[in-house]
Amino acid sequence: MLPTGRAPCTADIMDKEEQNDATSSQHWARDRSPSEERTHLKVGPKAASTPQPTPDFKIAARDSDMSPNSHSKSGAGEACKLQISNLNFYYGSFQALHGISMGVQKNRVTAFIGPSGCGKSTFLRTLNRMNEETPQARVEGEVLLDGENIFGLEISALRRWVGMVFQRSTPFPKSIFDNIAYGLRIHGADPASLKDSVEKSLRRASLWDDVKDKLSQSAYGLSGGQQQRLCIARALAVNPEVLLLDEPCSALDPISTAKIEDLILELKSSCTIVIVTHNMQQAARVADYTGFFLMGKLVEFDLTQTIFKIPSKKETEDYVTGRFG
Amino acid sequence: MASELRTSIPAHIGGGWRKWRGFVGFGLTGVATLISLGALFSILGYLVIHGIGAISWNFFLKEPAAVGESGGGIAPSLLGTAILVGISMVVGAPLGVGVGIYLSEIAGDTRFARMTRIAINTFIGVPSIVIGIFVYFVLVKPTNTFSAVAGGLALGIIMIPIMARTTEDVLRLVPNSIREAGLALGAPKWRVTFDLVLPAARAGVITGGVLAIARVAGETAPLILTALGNEYYPSGLFKPIDEITLRILKYARGPYDVWHQQAYGAALILVFGVAIGSLLLRLTTRDYNAPDR
Repeated sequence: MLPTGRAPCTADIMDKEEQNDATSSQHWARDRSPSEERTHLKVGPKAASTPQPTPDFKIAARDSDMSPNSHSKSGAGEACKLQISNLNFYYGSFQALHGISMGVQKNRVTAFIGPSGCGKSTFLRTLNRMNEETPQARVEGEVLLDGENIFGLEISALRRWVGMVFQRSTPFPKSIFDNIAYGLRIHGADPASLKDSVEKSLRRASLWDDVKDKLSQSAYGLSGGQQQRLCIARALAVNPEVLLLDEPCSALDPISTAKIEDLILELKSSCTIVIVTHNMQQAARVADYTGFFLMGKLVEFDLTQTIFKIPSKKETEDYVTGRFG
Repeated sequence: MASELRTSIPAHIGGGWRKWRGFVGFGLTGVATLISLGALFSILGYLVIHGIGAISWNFFLKEPAAVGESGGGIAPSLLGTAILVGISMVVGAPLGVGVGIYLSEIAGDTRFARMTRIAINTFIGVPSIVIGIFVYFVLVKPTNTFSAVAGGLALGIIMIPIMARTTEDVLRLVPNSIREAGLALGAPKWRVTFDLVLPAARAGVITGGVLAIARVAGETAPLILTALGNEYYPSGLFKPIDEITLRILKYARGPYDVWHQQAYGAALILVFGVAIGSLLLRLTTRDYNAPDR
């Protein structure tokens, strides 16, 4: 059961015992009835009102009445939110990812850097199975979210737990309010709670003061940076446990970028964040862990300082010192 | 290097020659535009000169006068046109938009989708009389009567491929990032299509609808075989009904000067009706929520 070919990295702290615990906990997750999940969804927005590191009742439920959480007991340090083992990805006959293995730490910011076309976005999109929308795409390997295999999860539930924000801000053709409320409505939130949830999400994304007087106006009236924070607020509204950010600042000016980066640092107390970025300085500023991708391989993955100061691989050093890429 | 390049260019390409060629090239497109506009406006002017005399309140409100009498109007034709266009929209819009959604959002690039696209492009080009004959044998003969329903069905069938193609085209213009953002929130594909993609393309779909209406409102051939025409107000959906182009046809071919004038008048109303109708729809559906492309 132990995944082969794991990348040697300090972040990857799960030992064999933990791994077994994590896999054995899969069965109860699948056994949960749909109605149980739905009640979770309804309570969700309220449960997140406390901006604490461990706000989500779903995790709470897992910890209390299900198998004991191996990570918290182990005392080995930080917990793995996502455990990726031996992940291969193909577009048709082209292999875009080669045997990726790593762990994403809970309530930490993990960044992936690398030149264009290195597979970092493809990897990110695998984590909430967005790649399945691409024809001819095929994935091999295992991704565990709190020990549950994401490929066995219902896709809509997975994407609620693992939210995503894209490179281009993508407001829906709706009002600001309806943009934020969309995910909540999709997941059957109580209509009476929408207003509070929307306000809370906008506050979490530091957008409330900008838009509180024009909630009924079109989202297209916002500036680029505001639109991107709107997209983050929209993703946060359904209270995800993991937030995937795919080059969220690449189309933004420096001031908007700084705001988003501040936001990322605030959010990591309540969310696990995975960010893909072209911008190495950005990775250095926001990320606790950084991975370097090259030609579909995860060349090196380690603490951000280590990657930028004392990388162990020649390719990483060449890239972070600007010798290529 | 630069000077080498410059000297290697033949003298006649540079300077005055190039400007002159540009002038002639653009000049020709300008002339083409002027000739075309001239043709269109002379048609309009011709209609106005000959038809304006027929236009009066009575022309809009009265039934046609008895043969030989002056006065009378084309009210039944106007009402009939509205009814026929209404029926055609009930038939054509949902089917056409449905096919467009299927082709753009679901079918992708399968063999079946490619064949459907070819079929649709073919059907757009099929002369409308063919559809008239089809409805005549399928509906008019069996029910033994020309009718508004038969006419509306024929127009609706004409509408389907037009709506399908415009809908597919405008849905494809919706940035894929919107679909991905919806899916990434956990929305199922059908909700993404109806909540996000269609509203983003709303203005385009409506424009397609307006074009389709303008097209069928001007159809004559299929209506001769299905709606037939009627001197009076329609007495039911399964009775013959008049339509403005049928009225124009009848009056233009008739022997009386009054009829000719009224034919021009009716044509004038048709042209302005379509123009004003599409303008109004354009204005009222201008969508501030449309994404910039």
